[in-house]
Amino acid sequence: MKQISNEFSGTFICLDKSNIDTDQIIPKQFLKSIKKTGFGDNLFDGWRYLDEGTIDQESSSRMVNKDFIFNNKLFINSNILVSRENFGCGSSREHAVWALKDFGIKTVIAESFADIFYNNCFKNGLLALSLKKSEVSKIFENFNENSAQSIEIDLINQVLYYGDSEFKFELDDYKKKCLLEGLDEIGASLKFTDQIKSFEKNYQLKNPWLFK
Amino acid sequence: MSSRRTLYDKLWDAHHVAKRDDGSSLIYIDRHLIHEVTSPQAFDGLRERKIEPWRVDTIIATPDHNVPTENRAKGLKGISDSTSKLQVLTLEENVKKYDLNFFSLGDERQGIVHVIGPEQGLTLPGMTVVCGDSHTSTHGAFGALAMGIGTSEVEHVLATQCLIAYKQKNMRINIEGDLLERVSAKDVTMFIIGQIGTAGGTGFNIEYAGSTIENLSMEGRMTLCNMSIEAGARSGMVAPDQTTFDYIKGKPFSPSGDKFDKALETWISLKSDSDAIFDNEFSFTSEQILPQVTWGTSPEMVSSINEKVPEPRDFKNKENYEDALNYMGLKPGTKLTDISLDQIFIGSCTNSRIEDLRIAAEILKGNKLAKNIKRALVVPGSGLVKKQAEEEGLHEIFIDAGFSWRDAGCSMCLGMNPDQLDQEERCASTSNRNFEGRQGYKGRTHLVSPAMAAAAAIEGRFVDVREI
Repeated sequence: MKQISNEFSGTFICLDKSNIDTDQIIPKQFLKSIKKTGFGDNLFDGWRYLDEGTIDQESSSRMVNKDFIFNNKLFINSNILVSRENFGCGSSREHAVWALKDFGIKTVIAESFADIFYNNCFKNGLLALSLKKSEVSKIFENFNENSAQSIEIDLINQVLYYGDSEFKFELDDYKKKCLLEGLDEIGASLKFTDQIKSFEKNYQLKNPWLFK
Repeated sequence: MSSRRTLYDKLWDAHHVAKRDDGSSLIYIDRHLIHEVTSPQAFDGLRERKIEPWRVDTIIATPDHNVPTENRAKGLKGISDSTSKLQVLTLEENVKKYDLNFFSLGDERQGIVHVIGPEQGLTLPGMTVVCGDSHTSTHGAFGALAMGIGTSEVEHVLATQCLIAYKQKNMRINIEGDLLERVSAKDVTMFIIGQIGTAGGTGFNIEYAGSTIENLSMEGRMTLCNMSIEAGARSGMVAPDQTTFDYIKGKPFSPSGDKFDKALETWISLKSDSDAIFDNEFSFTSEQILPQVTWGTSPEMVSSINEKVPEPRDFKNKENYEDALNYMGLKPGTKLTDISLDQIFIGSCTNSRIEDLRIAAEILKGNKLAKNIKRALVVPGSGLVKKQAEEEGLHEIFIDAGFSWRDAGCSMCLGMNPDQLDQEERCASTSNRNFEGRQGYKGRTHLVSPAMAAAAAIEGRFVDVREI
């Protein structure tokens, strides 16, 4: 039975580029914040505005790049981003995921992801979803900048619905559970406290030079 | 334990604490490096949970990303940007609260985390090393399993001393033969990225092997492993050998006396079994590797110095290449040796160690910056690298040539401090990423080795350093 997840479904926005790095997702000057929020206005800052942004600047006063899709009013409420290969490569900055989340993106669809970015997504309740190249191409082919279209995601059965197409996607059970139930990862790991302690004791015997 | 294991398999097994229901594992972490940019939110998380760090003796902290490379004597007061200052101050507060090992801004041991770890003997063979920084792969040069992590993972490691990880696949890259004159580890890693692509190593640990690698110094191996992430691999490593052990011996935090001897017994066993199974393997010869220069906005957009900027049609993703050339202000077919430069940057966790500075200084000796070079910076990787260079008189060579001789930090590699390119300025940089805006808004980065950067400084354009 189809079980559409409203949270991860919705209208989508496309960026037809491969190797989008985290420096583009959130440029360096915004990493100076010591918080996890407030990055949304600076998502893709270098492409979205025609001036160089600073961290304490009011974004409404800035010159926007009207040609960049994130400034198209039709897509302002998109919660799905579709891109190409190796999305999120480069710096480990989790700020990139915080910026996407702050903007309202809940699902990133790409042909492939960089490892650190992929992990960072799930730690923050974002679904990073890989599709085959041909499937991503199908989404791009039908995308147009004059109307927002929707993608539905059935997280439980791992199926993406777009128009008449259905695409199965891979997702490990734990990550799925994290997204559905918002699992506390550190809390879950702390349940292993006894095992960690016993490992540590044995490990210290074998590697005494690694302990004070 | 099964035989036929790779070095990565062995390090994984030795740190494996528990298997979780989903197939991921808890991996025990021996060393946790912390800097000011990716740690504040993690410490906040600990406080919200009301828990303490699991093992503070594994942690070493230093400010590096944000720090100015001038006015160091003023300490925190020398940071003019108030948001940068708050971040460095926040790190200092967390260090104080949890009583962490710390190299402050005024300490000569301060520097880029990936330079000071090895320099202090805090990075050892067989260790697991993490840091909220993707270039943590650097430490793999010691036969350590070293991975960059996100801030949530920083918090997880602080809380549990473990990282949740999935086992990666094994890749080996073999390179045989003596490197050509003035070709360095930087050229090797850039060449590899050009061959396998910037996502070629995604999902893999890369082990570098072969006589070329064995002949590299520890500095060279660090440069090589550092850029594994630019090939998509979260970790890269070289099996430890006598070069490694000689480097470690006598470092401030490395084991001494009986402890060193006992450690050595373990360290010498850290290598892939002769019949170990790799999921993917590449082999190159040293003669294939000429001095490298990037011309685009991804490290895979790289060519040898005797080549031209390629035609976009030669690449599978035409649009990316057109965007890259537009951004870089370059036309297809331009000879790399015809590209003139505005700035030179020698520094970063890739190339700011003493050997890098020696190589650059040797080429610069008795020479001056070309007239079109507006600024040239040398930013040593640590206060101790700076001190060593000054003892050898290298700073005088740089200063005489017209370089600005700075204090340690990440500096223009990522431009979080005042060291940045102006719009459309073109830089020969010994750093690791040529991404758009990385070194400054609309700045244009060409990645090169220290030798190539020094040669470009003299000529004002790229030249084959072997012809200088």
